[in-house]
Amino acid sequence: MKNYLNKRNLITFALLLVIFFVVQFLIKEKIITSYMRSNLYWIGIYIMLGLSLNMIIGITGQLSLGHAGFMSIGAFSAAVALKSDPTLSGLFIGIGIGILISLIVSFIVAVPTLRLKGDYLAIATLGVSEIIRIVLNNLSITGGASGISNIKMLMSWPLLYVFVVLTILLTHNFKNSAVGRACISIKEDEIAAEAMGINTTYYKVIAFMFGAAIAAVAGALFSTTYYIVKPDSFGVSTSINILILVVFGGMGSLSGTIIATFLIGLVNIVLQPYAELRMIMYALVLIVVMIFRPQGLFGSQELSLKLLPNFKQNWFKRKEKSS
Amino acid sequence: MSLLSIEQVTRNFGGLTAVSNVSLKIEKNELVGLIGPNGAGKTTLFNVLTGVYTPSSGRVMFNNGDKEIELSKLPPYKITRKGVARTFQNIRLFKELSVLDNVKIAMNHEAKYGLFGALLRIGHFYKSEAYIDEKARAFLKEVNLDELADTKAKNLPYGKQRQLEIARALATGAKLLFLDEPAAGMNPQETHALTGFIKEIKEKMNLTIVLIEHDMSLVMEICERIFVLDYGKLIASGSPEEIKNNPKVIEAYLGDEVEV
Repeated sequence: MKNYLNKRNLITFALLLVIFFVVQFLIKEKIITSYMRSNLYWIGIYIMLGLSLNMIIGITGQLSLGHAGFMSIGAFSAAVALKSDPTLSGLFIGIGIGILISLIVSFIVAVPTLRLKGDYLAIATLGVSEIIRIVLNNLSITGGASGISNIKMLMSWPLLYVFVVLTILLTHNFKNSAVGRACISIKEDEIAAEAMGINTTYYKVIAFMFGAAIAAVAGALFSTTYYIVKPDSFGVSTSINILILVVFGGMGSLSGTIIATFLIGLVNIVLQPYAELRMIMYALVLIVVMIFRPQGLFGSQELSLKLLPNFKQNWFKRKEKSS
Repeated sequence: MSLLSIEQVTRNFGGLTAVSNVSLKIEKNELVGLIGPNGAGKTTLFNVLTGVYTPSSGRVMFNNGDKEIELSKLPPYKITRKGVARTFQNIRLFKELSVLDNVKIAMNHEAKYGLFGALLRIGHFYKSEAYIDEKARAFLKEVNLDELADTKAKNLPYGKQRQLEIARALATGAKLLFLDEPAAGMNPQETHALTGFIKEIKEKMNLTIVLIEHDMSLVMEICERIFVLDYGKLIASGSPEEIKNNPKVIEAYLGDEVEV
């Protein structure tokens, strides 16, 4: 217990409380409008999705294009649970079931597919998420192609905040541990990792299942935020949207993913009035970022005060190197 | 009992026999050289010994004092945990990570906590992490890399990268080390420094070392025994002096004598 009570953890905890109450106050005073609030929920859920995918792609280096599939498992579990018990306990039961199914499916998928590398793995995971989508399309319990609608809306700022903070905490702990180091070594050089005594298959499966479980939780929150879930909302484009957050923020950088999600959320808000034009501008923003920062906003580094003194220097130095 | 016995190991790739019926024994605390012309099967033999390839026939036995283990049945990561580690012909460091983290990854088996210990930071997490950090730093000091602990591996000079790769293999706790062309691409000064480094760690840590090398000055200077491979076959073995004068070896390197 005394290990938890170091200065750094206490400061972080105090900061988390301050952020929570400031936003809570702003919502109460209606400075954050309900429109902005729904955007806030979007950002929170996508932070969870981005971070969980970052565990698989950024930390372990396994290109997965099937993340929306695991998200949909959580979303439908929660939707079904909320239909029979439209309370918070129903939501938590749904989340629990979602995590469980997601872990089982990801395990079954991971063991054979993680032997594949690069493009092949991407195609295999893409196929898996399509299988999940088509299964959901044909199950009667999930309402077939029309999905489930009129799901009880239970999303609130405290609920979102707890889950987002938990996700950040768990992914941060995952990355900064012997497990995380093993995963990073696989991304850096799989053959060398194996030669260093790392059981690469084990760690790849662990990272994949960990990411899938968090995606299921995010999916559950998604279903209770947007009233309606249908299989088509969890197609390839959703997986790609999550992938963009990870690439934009920097592979392996947790703070990068969080900031990238905020930025893209803001771009969405700013471009809202332009409707069709929005998608073009959105794509342009991404293209420009990828030209000037191909390794993402943060590369594989984390945002920290250490970066500040030579930030400008680093920024340009790294740009030169990567070009 | 020998530390490592290679018993009639053969490895085929389709119709090509890269290693053919090789038997040899390596004793404890030896420094052995493995030489031969390009394509003789040296690296393939290393890959068989470290589990990257399984032998087509034959077996590799490792005797660590207490009991014999058949290495040729284990995957590479398990072989490493038994105390056998290697370096690569083309350097395979974790380039984006610091020198310290490279060593920490090699010491990963020291972590006495699992996934849940890591996620919730419970159990032995803090104790284990502090222990690994301390051990990795002490180890870097021992191999004279402590001043570079926070440098990214890719930013090290070439000679230091080679040195780090050997150090990282050692950090796994290995007692038997396979070095695949440690002096490749080095200038004479760097080779000299490397020779000293290999001698030093061997004495200090009581190691058994097998090395593949094309730089004959290094091989002749430090190896106590040399094995020569040609076309996958073991054609000679003995002390550096014997090997230098062995007609078969000269033939393998320089070709047959021709009547003029």
